[in-house]
Order: sequence, then structure tokens, then C-alpha cells
Amino acid sequence: MFPSFFLALRDARVPVSLKEYLTLMEAMRAGIAEYSLEDFYYLSRSCLVKDERNLDKFDRVFGKCFEGIESLAEGLEAEIPEDWLRALAERILTEEEKAKIESLGGWEKLMETLKKRLEEQKERHAGGSKWIGTAGTSPFGAYGYNPEGVRIGQDGSRHRRAVKVWDKREFKNFDDTAELGTRNIKVALRRLRRWARQGAATELDLPGTINSTARNAGSLDLRMVPERHNSVKVLLFLDVGGSMDDHIRTCDELFSAARSEFKHLEHYYFHNCVYEGVWRDNRRRDERAETWSVINTYPADYKLVFVGDASMSPYEIAYPGASVEHWNEEAGTVWMQRILGAFPHAVWLNPVAKQDSWDYTPSIGMIRQLMNGRMFPLTLAGLDSAMRELSR
Amino acid sequence: MSFRGTDTYIATDDLRVAVNAAIALERPLLVKGEPGTGKTILAHEIAKSLNKPLIQWHIKSTIKAQQGLYEYDAVSRLRDSQLGEARVHDIGNYIVRGKLWEAFEADSAPVLLIDEIDKADIEFPNDLLLELDRMEFYVYETRQTIKARQRPVVVITSNNEKELPDAFLRRCFFHYIRFPDRDTMQRIVDVHFPKLRHDLVREALTVFYEVRDTPGLKKKPSTSELLDWLKLLMVEDMPPEALRAKDAKTMIPPLHGALLKNEQDIHLFERLAFMARRERGN
Repeated sequence: MFPSFFLALRDARVPVSLKEYLTLMEAMRAGIAEYSLEDFYYLSRSCLVKDERNLDKFDRVFGKCFEGIESLAEGLEAEIPEDWLRALAERILTEEEKAKIESLGGWEKLMETLKKRLEEQKERHAGGSKWIGTAGTSPFGAYGYNPEGVRIGQDGSRHRRAVKVWDKREFKNFDDTAELGTRNIKVALRRLRRWARQGAATELDLPGTINSTARNAGSLDLRMVPERHNSVKVLLFLDVGGSMDDHIRTCDELFSAARSEFKHLEHYYFHNCVYEGVWRDNRRRDERAETWSVINTYPADYKLVFVGDASMSPYEIAYPGASVEHWNEEAGTVWMQRILGAFPHAVWLNPVAKQDSWDYTPSIGMIRQLMNGRMFPLTLAGLDSAMRELSR
Repeated sequence: MSFRGTDTYIATDDLRVAVNAAIALERPLLVKGEPGTGKTILAHEIAKSLNKPLIQWHIKSTIKAQQGLYEYDAVSRLRDSQLGEARVHDIGNYIVRGKLWEAFEADSAPVLLIDEIDKADIEFPNDLLLELDRMEFYVYETRQTIKARQRPVVVITSNNEKELPDAFLRRCFFHYIRFPDRDTMQRIVDVHFPKLRHDLVREALTVFYEVRDTPGLKKKPSTSELLDWLKLLMVEDMPPEALRAKDAKTMIPPLHGALLKNEQDIHLFERLAFMARRERGN
């Protein structure tokens, strides 16, 4: 059981190594968990997870690997509380669950059916394929086999006891594959700052020089240290006027907040794809700038950051005259290639969560190809890899 | 020898398991969490409950890992050589012991606190890998190996300003101190102010969690701020009614300076309070 737990953690991309696993075994032998599942959970968490970002993933894997163990110990005849369904209303669905709901024809429809079923159903139900209950194949309920099913209050409703610790998923907000929001914007800012400080010439290290001169018994010995100044120049291209405006504003704010860390930061706005003109203000009314002049104004050591969902009709990228707003003489690809040729250091940050639709939206694939794969999701982890890419 | 919390420190179950695992297996314990949730205090309390001496090493951005082991005071040796002192010939006279050395050579195994390790340079944790793993190091100047007599209990705290290297993390137990829920907070308050009136604590906790739940606060008040505030309320002999009074003037909790530490937050709170009042007026 433990090796499979270990492997499941690795599959879920929790970075655990053999050394940590052995530590856990050692701790088990030392009798720290004392035959209590809860203590074992705390112990294994402390051994195997070293970063709060991974706590949520760990909780999920732990719940999956060890589900049912505790209820076996308690006996199967646990009393069913009358209000076992009340948890439904309190349940707040997670992003993953919402995505699943989409596959069932949307939230509205699902909730309507659910309500209807709830009205029809008068007692607890297990098995079967229609009723809300447990271990069935209906999309509603818990422990079921329908992959599109909604997982409803799996533990809270089954026994008259608190929700298991690992089912609470309290560490969700630390998961760095979550989208950027106000909650984790601070961390993101720190990442940007760290990036901005990287790489520079050296300067005289006065204390180091005095120290090593003294060490040398008085004969001068010069020491140098890397200079810590902000040398990064950023050219920010933001896609505005679409469904992703919120995300893009977040990103705009993020970079502006880190402004003092950059030597220069320039904003430009575009819609869907870059053509011959871009805008300095985000309403895209006045201050239009020729893309050519942007290319010619800034030297090639500017780092180019695009932020946009890259979701549009493929024609808008590939064909002249296909822009939704105006007649463009030359295709988006041409302009993208021109810009990318002028600024070799470039990344595209995409607020669309990667796993969902990057592979299904042709335009994302096209832009990604244009960027030579340098497209990253707008998450902490994505921002991290984007910054790493830019500082190469 | 196990840690169960003390009469001044409430340790939740998960914290207790993590601390005991670290003590039993003699590995360092890395503690993270919001500021003010008692990371540093934890080391103090472990030392107190295990009846061991505490050695504290507070990390600053300029501190090098080497300084924890020892320092070679070359400058004073230079000065001595210019003055022609006799002790200049023995280099051992200029080796200054660091905190780790101190902990290794202690008579009984101490608790070693390495506080805010993330403040230091990015290479700092890597430079301490071997020392914390094997609990020994080599002094090049005098060619001697310093080995720990007993392995100290090492508690490391981090505020998450820098990421720690994987190799370092692999050697530690990790615990993230969550912000305490209301019941835990009640117990924490009880151990700190056993004489405080219960109705006052109840009102104060309500106000406290309300303030914490205010969206958009720059710095959320934490446990330590709550304790300060309660102390103030006690000194001022504030009646519980004063906290409950939701009339026009007192929408802002009394003595809010202890809870809200920056101007924008106070403004924000005032504005929200004003809006809430207007709604209630209608």
C-alpha cells in the first residue's frame, strides 16, 4: 500500500524522493504515528511535502489512496444522519468540478436535474444508476463511477463526524498551478522582482577586499561581487477587449507593481493578434502607435511579454484582411514574426488554463508555434518558467 | 521525550506529530506560515517543554553560512601582528565560534533555532547541507573536525521570501502553520489570558475574525496582533459592550491600532464600516 501511495504522489507531481520515503518508513518504525490514521496523515505530510504549494495535491492523493480505511474500522453500520443531503447546498464546487459540469451540458441544466431528483428522492440511496447516493453510476452523488459525476460532500454526509482533514483541502490556495488572483499576486510579484535582479556586471566588494587584504597580511587583494542593479527592460503587449479582460488587468497590475524593479517598462495594447498598429491606452482609442515604429524604437535587449488568450479564429492570424476590427494588409503571422525577429527574448502568457483547451483551440496552437513553444499559463508556476525562459 | 505543547503554547495535532517526528529522527524541522502565527515561539516552547537550552541564530541578508560554523578574525590578527603580540602565532586564537559550533559542543543537546532562513542569500541553505545532515564540519585553519556531541533539535523558520533548494528540503521535516480556527484561537487566548472575561473574549474574537475577513486588507492581523489587542483591551478595562456596540461612532473596533497596522487598511475598514452603516440605516 505504501509504495503505491508513493507512486501515486509522484504521478500527481508532488516532488517526493526515495530519501523522503525512507524517512517516512523510519518514522513509522519509530512509532510516531501510533496506529492512528490521522497521525499517519500528519506524519506523512510532514515527511513527504516540503512546500505548501504541494499540500493540496498531497491531500487529494492521500484521500484517494486511503479512502475507506477509516470507515472500515468504524464498522459499516454507521448511522445515516437525516440531514445528510443538506451538505449539498453548502458544498462549493471547485474549478475542476465546474469543468466537469460543463461536460454535462452546463451548470443550469445540471442543477435543475439535481433539484428534480432531490425532490423525487425521499431516502438515502446506494448503488443504482439514477438516484443521488453513493457508489452508484449516476452523475450525482459520491464514490460513483461516472467520470462526469459531481462529487458531493463525499465524507461530510456519510457519517456523523467532521469532514476528514485531507478532504477539507485547506491548502488549495497555495497550489501554484492555480490562476493568478489577488491572493497570490504578492508571490508572483516576488518572482518578478527576483527575475529583475538577475544578471549584471561586477563591482568592487569593499568589505571583501579589506577582509582578504587583512588575510594577506597587508598586501592588497581586490575582491569583486556581482552588482545588484535592475537591468531588465520589459515590453508588455496586452490583449484587451475580450473575455479575458480580468486576467489581463491582473497581469497589467502585476507588472506595473513591479515597475520599480525594471529599468524600463512599456505597455502596449492590442486585440486578439498584433497587426500594423498597437495602442498605448487600454481603451484603444487614441495614442495609436505603428508597430513598425515600436520595433524600431526599442533595442533588441528588451524582453517581450505578450499576455492574451490567443483564442480567435485561425484566419485572424493566418490571412490578410481577417482582423475582426479593421482591414489588415498583412497577416498576423507576418507581424508576429517581425516582432519576434526584433526581440529574441519573448514569451506569451496565456490566462486560459493549459489542460483545458490549449490543444483544442487551433489559434492557440498557431500562436504557440509562432512563439516556438514559449507560451506559458498565467499561473505562478507558468510565470516562473516564463521568467526563467526570458532570463536565459 | 515528546512534545505536547506547553501551558503557554497550543500545539495542534499536526504540529505535534511533525515536531515529534523531527525530534525522534533527529532531522531539522522547517516551519512556514503567515507572519505572527508563532513560528519562532515554537522553538522557544520546544526548548522549554523538553527542558533544553535554546540557541538562537537570527538570519539577516548579509549573513553567510560560514558564520554559523566559525569565523577567522583575520583583521584582529593583522593588528596583533603589527603590534607584535605573541598570540599572533597561534591561529586558533583568532577562530571565533559560530552558533552551530556552540550547539554542537554543548553539554546537553540544545534546541537550535535558525530563524528566517529565507532572508539569507540563496546559497545559504546549500552551504549548510552537510553540516545539518552529519552534524559535523571541518575547520580548515586549525585542521580539526568539530562533531556534535549530541545532535541538537534544529528548528528552521521561513517566511517564504525565497525558495529553498530541493536538496535542503529533502533533509527536513516540514510543517506549515495554518492560521488557527476559532476554537484553537480561543484556546490560545485562554492560555495567554486565563483571567480574561469570557464574554469579552467572545466579542473580541468575533470582531477579530470580522476584521480578518475584510476583503482587500494589505496586512491581515494575526495571532500575535490579537494577543496584543486583548492585552490593550484588558489594560483599558474595556467592557464587552463596547465591542458589541454597532452604533455610528464605534463601527471601528476600539484601539484598532493594534490590529490594523497600515493607513490604507484603516481607511478601507472605515469606508466599509461607513457603507455597512448606511445600508443598515435604510
